[in-house]
Amino acid sequence: MAPSLFDKGKQKSSEAHSSSEQPWVEKYRPRNINDVAHQEEVIRTLEKALQTSNLPHLLFYGPPGTGKTTTALAIARQLFGPSLQKARVRELNASDERGINVVREKIKGFAATSVGQPVEGYPCPPFKLLILDEADSMTQDAQNALRRTMEAHSKVTRFIFICNYISRIIEPLASRCAKFRFKPLHLGVMDARINHICSAEGVSLAPKAMETLGKVSGGDLRKAITCLQSAVRLRGSTVEPATILDVAGAVPGGVTTSLLAACQAGTFANIQEAIRNLIAEGFPVQQVLLELQTAVLAEGGVRDLQRARICHALGEADKCLADGSDEFLQLLSVASQVQQTLCSTA
Amino acid sequence: MLWVDKYRPRRLDNLILNKHIGEHLSQLVKTGDCPHILFYGSPGVGKKTLVIGLLHQIYGDGVEKIRVETKPWKIQLPSRTLEVELTTLSSNYHVEMNPSDVGNNDRHVVQEIIKDMAKSRPLDIQGQRSFKVLVLNEVDRLSKDAQHSLRRTMEKYSSACRLILICNNVSKVIDPVRSRCLCIRVAAPTQEAIMSMCQHVAGEEGLKLPEGLNTRIAAASDRNLRRALLMLETCRAAKYPFSDDQPVQLTDWELYIQEIANDILGEQSPKRLFVVRGKLYELLTNCIPPELILRRLMLELVKKLDDELKHQAAQLAAFYEHRLQEGQKHIFHLEAFVAKFMSEYKNWALMAFG
Ligand SMILES: Nc1ncnc2c1ncn2[C@@H]1O[C@H](COP(=O)(O)OP(=O)(O)OP(=O)(O)O)[C@@H](O)[C@H]1O
Ligand SMILES: Nc1ncnc2c1ncn2[C@@H]1O[C@H](COP(=O)(O)OP(=O)(O)O)[C@@H](O)[C@H]1O
Ligand SMILES: [Mg+2]
Ligand SMILES: [Mg+2]
Repeated sequence: MAPSLFDKGKQKSSEAHSSSEQPWVEKYRPRNINDVAHQEEVIRTLEKALQTSNLPHLLFYGPPGTGKTTTALAIARQLFGPSLQKARVRELNASDERGINVVREKIKGFAATSVGQPVEGYPCPPFKLLILDEADSMTQDAQNALRRTMEAHSKVTRFIFICNYISRIIEPLASRCAKFRFKPLHLGVMDARINHICSAEGVSLAPKAMETLGKVSGGDLRKAITCLQSAVRLRGSTVEPATILDVAGAVPGGVTTSLLAACQAGTFANIQEAIRNLIAEGFPVQQVLLELQTAVLAEGGVRDLQRARICHALGEADKCLADGSDEFLQLLSVASQVQQTLCSTA
Repeated sequence: MLWVDKYRPRRLDNLILNKHIGEHLSQLVKTGDCPHILFYGSPGVGKKTLVIGLLHQIYGDGVEKIRVETKPWKIQLPSRTLEVELTTLSSNYHVEMNPSDVGNNDRHVVQEIIKDMAKSRPLDIQGQRSFKVLVLNEVDRLSKDAQHSLRRTMEKYSSACRLILICNNVSKVIDPVRSRCLCIRVAAPTQEAIMSMCQHVAGEEGLKLPEGLNTRIAAASDRNLRRALLMLETCRAAKYPFSDDQPVQLTDWELYIQEIANDILGEQSPKRLFVVRGKLYELLTNCIPPELILRRLMLELVKKLDDELKHQAAQLAAFYEHRLQEGQKHIFHLEAFVAKFMSEYKNWALMAFG
């Protein structure tokens, strides 16, 4: 936290209703590692750390909303207790300045201060914890500089790196850490957590609502919780699957079916019109590509070579979109390639 | 005041289009714990209008006392002091800015503003909210760096500051940021909806709008309401009483791109390429976004091509637009598209006609 930004009085006065105005994702962020769902492997390691008061350097990676930051913050709290957080734990994330020198200086300063007295009731091992969240947005140079800093201070500091893509972390850093992949929380595994929130907020789920929630969130529990909260706010405390689909902005099945039909119809004008409408409706194109892929794979009468060509085109377009290309142009190009492939005899 | 502004509804209750989204939003506000929100959709479909209504719904009339400020910000970074000039629109409750105004420094500026807002959060007197709202327009133009920096900030400051993000191209917003927002898709109004909106505005202005003209305006607007209303107003300025067959004027730059397309199809030679380059440059210096130029140019070309070449044009446009996003000098990639297309076209013409 950055408590210096609030003066104490104000922070107190807002606390009274902060719980009612806090989004559910924050309100129900687990404060104890045992409440973190579906990441047993890392939890087991951390429990051991709590018992033995020893901790390796850690690297957490995985898609958004799977509990990485939550776990790091929880273990920090459980190791040192609330009163020592400031002295023993430092969090640096992408919103902080993380140039080479800054990182070196900050860490040096942090590591140099003495560890101080342990407090009653917490393990308080004799080291400090440095959480580098969103580490994949650090430059290679900054990571390289970190490597030496890490060695220099390894006696008194433990590092937790957090990122979405492990490939963005340089090997020398990654190899110094115990690595844990945070798995997407798919259908079934997020149930317990969602049910917990539902009962605390007095919400009931209609049949199939949980399944829908699992589907639209794609393993991102944060997204599931936000959808749940929005659905409740919109339609009251019984949540229907349709409401969830609505707030999640899911692409309706008909959209891709008609796009594929346009591709099969054989003239360029068909796809141009279909895509003009699809873009006007504002559907997220990456999502459309994903569903187009599913549709093409399920479509009968398409030869393997054709499938391969189409999947190749889809992959390239997805990459281009990730690089920030124009949605209309990419989708039109993909559809054009799909049409040419499906209509060619080769 | 332009009609687009004059007839912009300023309350969620008064929306004419997107009524269902308006209702959702007021429901969302009632309980007080509204999440960060990301609005996405094509230009001129009513995103900003929804935001204006939403802010009023949250804070009441006070939010309409808006100050437009251009002031220098001094941001203390560890290694240097950053000085940027930035225009913000703000009330006591919210701040609005265009991150693209500050270019490479967007990360620092956005962070600074959020911290500033958190410091001066409104106290909860008489049912006012204890959070402020930061409205970021065009988040799809926010650098990746700045987007990453929003991640923890959106969590840490969530009780002091809510974000309302607006964008056209949601693929440009990184997953972790999308995961932190309630994402609301704003679909473009149908042609019929646009027609009834134009009728409504014409009625308010005491004008008689013939059906035929209205239909053509709606068709030319490409489901963009802002465009439709602007066209209607231009028609009014050109001629009144309206006639059913009155032409609907395109904007200058669109006409100019039509001209470029004709140039390309008329002759494919280095000399012509040189002429086209000059015209493209002209468009760029007039601040027409390069991706818009490429899209429009492709669509103009496609109108006059054989199917086989249409595919070519579409795929080339996508290819060079991607290059353009990766590269530095836009003109190179626009010109490369034209050169490549000219060569494909010439080959095809030789094959077809010998
Ligand atoms: N495994 C989990 N168990 C319980 N709650 C979870 C879990 N994963 C996510 N959540 C919920 O989602 C919210 C976001 O989780 P968290 O901040 O840990 O995500 P993250 O993995 O750090 O994502 P990002 O990569 O976007 O930073 C938490 O506040 C919590 O409510
Ligand atoms: N819901 C609506 N009801 C009536 N008119 C609207 C509505 N939404 C937008 N408009 C009109 O369309 C114009 C453009 O809308 P705007 O909200 O600025 O679009 P965007 O932010 O999506 O580009 C507005 O100035 C207004 O005149
Ligand atoms: Mg995180
Ligand atoms: Mg706008």
